[in-house]
Amino acid sequence: MDISILLIQSLNAFQYGLLLFLVASGLTLIFGIMGIINLAHDSFYMIGAYMAFALGPVVDRWLGGGFIATLAVCVALAAVLGYFLEAAFFSYLYHRNHLQQVLMTYGLILVFEELRSILVGNDVHGVPLPAWLQGSISLGGVMTYPVYRLFISAVGIAVALLLYWVITRTRLGMMLRAGASNREMTGSLGIDVNKLYRLVFAAGVALAALAGTIAAPVSSVYPGMGNGVLIICFVVVVIGGIGSIRGAFLAAMLVGFVETFGQVLFPSAAGVLVYLLMAFILLCKPEGLFKQG
Amino acid sequence: MNHALTRAAIAAALTLAASGAQAADKIKVGFMLPYSGTFAALGTAIENGFKLYVAEQGGKLGGREIEYFKVDDESNPAKAAENANRLIKRDQVDVLIGTVHSGVAMALAKAAKDSDTTLIVTNAGANAITGPLCGPGIFRTSFTNWQPAYAMGPVAYAKGHKTAVTITWKYAAGDEAIGGFKEGFEKAGGKVVKELSLPFPNVEFQSLLTEIAATKPDMVFTFFAGGGAVKFVQDYHAAGLDKTIPLYGSGFLTDGTLQAQGASAQGLLTTLHYADGLNTARDNAFRADYAKHYNVQPDVYAVQGYDAAQLMQSGLTAVKGDFAKKADFRSAMRGATVDSPRGPFTLSAAGNPVQDIYLRRVDGLENKVVEVAVKKLADPARGCKL
Repeated sequence: MDISILLIQSLNAFQYGLLLFLVASGLTLIFGIMGIINLAHDSFYMIGAYMAFALGPVVDRWLGGGFIATLAVCVALAAVLGYFLEAAFFSYLYHRNHLQQVLMTYGLILVFEELRSILVGNDVHGVPLPAWLQGSISLGGVMTYPVYRLFISAVGIAVALLLYWVITRTRLGMMLRAGASNREMTGSLGIDVNKLYRLVFAAGVALAALAGTIAAPVSSVYPGMGNGVLIICFVVVVIGGIGSIRGAFLAAMLVGFVETFGQVLFPSAAGVLVYLLMAFILLCKPEGLFKQG
Repeated sequence: MNHALTRAAIAAALTLAASGAQAADKIKVGFMLPYSGTFAALGTAIENGFKLYVAEQGGKLGGREIEYFKVDDESNPAKAAENANRLIKRDQVDVLIGTVHSGVAMALAKAAKDSDTTLIVTNAGANAITGPLCGPGIFRTSFTNWQPAYAMGPVAYAKGHKTAVTITWKYAAGDEAIGGFKEGFEKAGGKVVKELSLPFPNVEFQSLLTEIAATKPDMVFTFFAGGGAVKFVQDYHAAGLDKTIPLYGSGFLTDGTLQAQGASAQGLLTTLHYADGLNTARDNAFRADYAKHYNVQPDVYAVQGYDAAQLMQSGLTAVKGDFAKKADFRSAMRGATVDSPRGPFTLSAAGNPVQDIYLRRVDGLENKVVEVAVKKLADPARGCKL
């Protein structure tokens, strides 16, 4: 592998890692702060992608369009959806055990899949790239790199920085961390923990939908598109340390590099390398790379 | 003497009554197809195709009415045996129709064999179904993964390509398709220099595309389907590789996916046992009728379902609707020539279609036929002892 190929592969890995982080960040937020195993996270990813497909033309007509407008509408709608879902379902789960959480969120997956099938059908659909992101950059004459992928990376970095800032530097973040470590005590200090959790959940759903919306033009939308994403996201969250944004970022990068180079260097073992990595890290650090925060 | 006559008369009357009762019974057809998940649209198309042919025959096959049973197999191999037994044991179907996913189909074939139920496979291309798993009651109206891929070998070599890189998901269908292409391409004189794969159903192709760019082969052959096919074709295009290294594929790369693939798929060459623009009287009639019934254009899956009903019809006609003659029913099916919209085909001894494989070029939203890549291509049916 010569140096230019090595550099391009590193870029691939970095870029893939950021995409993983984008999806996993919402999961680590909900899992870490609220303590809920949310299997339906992949449905929110799928919903984001399908909204990009279904709402793109509508937004074009009513708001004059534009990719950013579509993105904003999708994320806002997802946040609203998350807010109501929390109130209607998830708020009853905090004191239940994990098995019941798994059962209910799995049920939600089935409901969302069926709704998708009824509303949009089962065909594969493409989502057009925004015109201003359609170009590509030549990489040393070997191949070209689509600008849109770099855009995804930029969004990933922006989300990482924003989340890190909110959780470690703001009053809201302080309340979140307090609520996660001792719910009753935080409540007794006069902070409305229920409302706080509702916001966190809405934010988690919005993040998943954002990832789906952004991924839609490159991945296209199809039934079951979230399934593959969920497992790798749990791997990222567990490696990174449950609830840690910093950990999720680092873990996503690790997974990105291991997958990318594993596929090229050890193709026959590519499927298990990531899980070996997870097993190894859990052996050394059972709580993951970072504690919450 | 008198006594014997009476007895004979009673026996004759009883036999008549029995066969009369049987003719009045409906034949039970069990659809084991994906009605949810990634392959849901395919399952529906197969069922639609089957029912269209039955409707064209006035709702009967071989003079017998048909009763349908349905199970959603979810394309889940883990539940395949259980789902198959619902149709076989609970509903006691006479004929099984299914399915799309190869892993599920293999479990289905095994269950059908164990219970001696007749099975017509309507998509799943696993070589093994008409290979080591073949049996007197196992039929297929689709293809083996080997077939369309093999046909691309000589075509690609004739276009002047000497070296190829292959890329697919690391699963049975992918491996078998790549094996078929390699056999065809290397027999013609080419060389497969690298075989790339990634775990199913991953769609992060970027690192492998970089590997292709670094290897610089004359061509790339690929096997992907559904969402993976859409993304691979788009990513290949976005990486600029299509300008320097032409991409060829097994037909599923561009079937049912063209709308989503858009401009990136235009001009792609693939091989399959069905194509748009065949423009035969048979195909035109089928397409018009299908469009009238279901308000969508048929695809290759609909054809495979339609032909399963045709195959059943030829078997039932031969035994005049008497399903008790199972062996005759089956041998009539095996000897049948199916007047398929794709062009007439016969069945091999193993029960797989011996059929023309078309070379198709993507033009707009159609896979237009270019030529017949290989005429009357039969799967080698390795491992079948029929």
